[in-house]
Amino acid sequence: MQLKNIHKRFGQVHANNNISVTFHPGRVIGILGENGAGKSTLMKIIAGYQPADSGEIWLDGRPVNYHDPRDAISHGIGMLQQDPLDIGAFSVLENFVYGQSGGILLNRKTSRQQLIALCQQFNFELDPDTPVSQLSIAQRQQLEIIRLLGLGVKVLILDEPTTGISAAQKEQLFNTLKRLAKEQNMTILLVSHKLEDVLALCDEVIVLRAGQLVGDMQMPTTKAALVELMFGAQIQPVKRESRLQPNTPIVLDMQQVHLHDGRLDIPQINFSLRAGEVIGLAGLDGSGQALFMRACAGLIKPHAGRVFVKGQDLTGQSYHQFNRSGVIFAASGRLEEGLIADMTLTEHIALMYEQNTWINWRRAHQFTQRQIERFNVRGKPDDPIQALSGGNQQRVLMGLLPENATALILEQPTRGLDVDSARWIWDQLLTKNSAIIYSSADLDEIMTYSDRIIVFYAGRMKVIDDPHQVTVSDLGHYIGGDFS
Amino acid sequence: MRERLIRLGFTSGALILALGVTALLISMFDHSPIDVLETAWDGAFKDGRRFSAVVNFWIPLTLASIGLVVTFTAGLWNIGIEGQMIIGAVCASWAGLYFEAPSVILIPTCILLGAIGGMLWGMLAGLLKLRFGVHEIFGGVALNFIAANIAIYFISGPWQPPEGGSAQSTPPFQAAATLPRISDDLQFNLLFLLITIGAIIAIGLLLMFTRWGLTLRAVGKNAQSALLLGVRTERVTLSAFMVCGALGGIAGAHRVLQAYSSLRPSPAGGIGFLALLVVLLISFRAWWVPFIAFALAAIIAGSTRVKTLLQLDQSLAGVLQGLIVLTILIFNGLADRLTRKDHHE
Repeated sequence: MQLKNIHKRFGQVHANNNISVTFHPGRVIGILGENGAGKSTLMKIIAGYQPADSGEIWLDGRPVNYHDPRDAISHGIGMLQQDPLDIGAFSVLENFVYGQSGGILLNRKTSRQQLIALCQQFNFELDPDTPVSQLSIAQRQQLEIIRLLGLGVKVLILDEPTTGISAAQKEQLFNTLKRLAKEQNMTILLVSHKLEDVLALCDEVIVLRAGQLVGDMQMPTTKAALVELMFGAQIQPVKRESRLQPNTPIVLDMQQVHLHDGRLDIPQINFSLRAGEVIGLAGLDGSGQALFMRACAGLIKPHAGRVFVKGQDLTGQSYHQFNRSGVIFAASGRLEEGLIADMTLTEHIALMYEQNTWINWRRAHQFTQRQIERFNVRGKPDDPIQALSGGNQQRVLMGLLPENATALILEQPTRGLDVDSARWIWDQLLTKNSAIIYSSADLDEIMTYSDRIIVFYAGRMKVIDDPHQVTVSDLGHYIGGDFS
Repeated sequence: MRERLIRLGFTSGALILALGVTALLISMFDHSPIDVLETAWDGAFKDGRRFSAVVNFWIPLTLASIGLVVTFTAGLWNIGIEGQMIIGAVCASWAGLYFEAPSVILIPTCILLGAIGGMLWGMLAGLLKLRFGVHEIFGGVALNFIAANIAIYFISGPWQPPEGGSAQSTPPFQAAATLPRISDDLQFNLLFLLITIGAIIAIGLLLMFTRWGLTLRAVGKNAQSALLLGVRTERVTLSAFMVCGALGGIAGAHRVLQAYSSLRPSPAGGIGFLALLVVLLISFRAWWVPFIAFALAAIIAGSTRVKTLLQLDQSLAGVLQGLIVLTILIFNGLADRLTRKDHHE
């Protein structure tokens, strides 16, 4: 399979910029890159979930054109999603059959034999008659893999397949993938954040950064080399002097907090945030930062333990209560969580600041105009928010943060902004004197602005009390799970 | 501007298409569409009495529709409007039957009790959604069913006429509960007319100028973002159900006081569902409600006349309504596509 000059833009973001690469059969290829580097976009283009703006995909020496995943599968390209796309109420057999060509009547007998044969071949223990809803994630992955094999797929794409499965299951999955590559001469593309997975499984890796293909590497190699390729040339950033005075009061306190969602478990958090302190959260996507930040703001209720804000026990209270105590949360998905598509800038400002029964639209309008000037937003008060570019939406979101918050919990506050805009946002944030907990995919940013750093890896946390004692490449190691 | 023109064009196009198809259907049954139109027009507007029938249908339809504008703005599919009307009707009926007072007090009491009953029934749908995660469509369908059975229980049980119940109706209300009419020509009630017009204006202004209206819109468009922007989304949702329920309850009170002067099974008579159509047609814009509701009321009144005079089945009105709704929804979808394409370019 060859990709030639693939381009894809989302608004102002160049998600895939002129990507050309050749994938050889019989190999497992890792696709590496930070959040937003363009990995998922590229894989979705290959698997037919979305079209490229320009560029070509060649298979076996000739260009192919397909419009949807079904089409892609008929060309032999299948993708295993992070959440397998099976149908819970259906049995294993029924899920195996769907998508297969054939008449209206299902040929259950043949399909059952095919299913059992494939299961035996790979030592999968899947009972054809069990409903899929009773399977583990690993088993659902296995089902999806043999389903795609049953459809004759020659190129298999896996998006973060090791999230949420046990070490033994991972071992089995990797053995299967290796066998598929070696015995059946398939091409396996593995998208992963987990460097040790890539090291264990892949024959080669390609690395994407900011939409561009920045390198490829044959195995074996070292984790350090991969980190360097992912994060770019290592320049030591200028570190900010800590503003933190000793003995400042604690504003947010977590005691023995246990957090849990479907995939991730953070067993015990003991953590306190001091007034005015800035804490940077590093880690690959889905390592626990999102869960932690939402728990700090009361958007997720802890399974156990207590959360105090300014000494007051707010465990299990609503976000509104946290809000009243001065804890403000801003999510990274701007139009999903934070801004409201189809509402204008003025309406957003009014929602935040006009608390009286009757809204003074004139005042809201004027205030919006002032915030637009102050935050250098390219937009007008009556523009619907989605008409603004991502960077400008981010500025609006920053403009909506109150001045006197106790603690700001900010998910990737400078995502998608250029260096100057990011610095400017930080100047604004730091003048507020609020305590800040923020996450970022940019390690330089983490090093520059944090009084303390917490690195997350698979639900584990490593607290770095003095950022001056670590380098960016140390952080890279921690992020990859090397906490020692 | 261009977008508005496209929308206007598409809406009128849809209406013309729907009328055209109906005319075609009528011709197929060997009737002249013009005759039918004239008869229908007479049926709705020939004299004060017929016009009054239109208004008396328009009042509950508009009240329910304006209530639904509130829930739709908050992103809620309040299918339960029919049940809210029924409970409103039942509560108003209690006062109409047993609360002895002069008209001046009795009628406002009926209206108030109707509003409270509808409001509580609406609140129930809201609580089911917020506390137990029951989607308002399913909760609404269930509550409609229960409300209908509550009405039947009272009719055939505690409130049955002394001569023995036929399960058809309660005894007539007290004379004091009879709605005064404006005149012999204009046989509708001024108080209800004023309440209806007042409700349109009030809801329209509340949605435009108050924080409540803004939070309704915010929750309707993106509840999670609204929450993070400091909106107490659960309260907003509940308030939308309660306001809508109250307006539906008043509509229910009008039905029993005006149409029957007694409580009968299914007092809402499908007006709640018709109101859902009204609100879908106008894409939730409050100011359009009275006009669309009036058009539908006139079509229904007119087609009754068509039935008696021309022996054409009354379901013709239903066909026409269905066609209008379908074509407008389809054309709206097309207009959406067209204007969205513009945005991309």
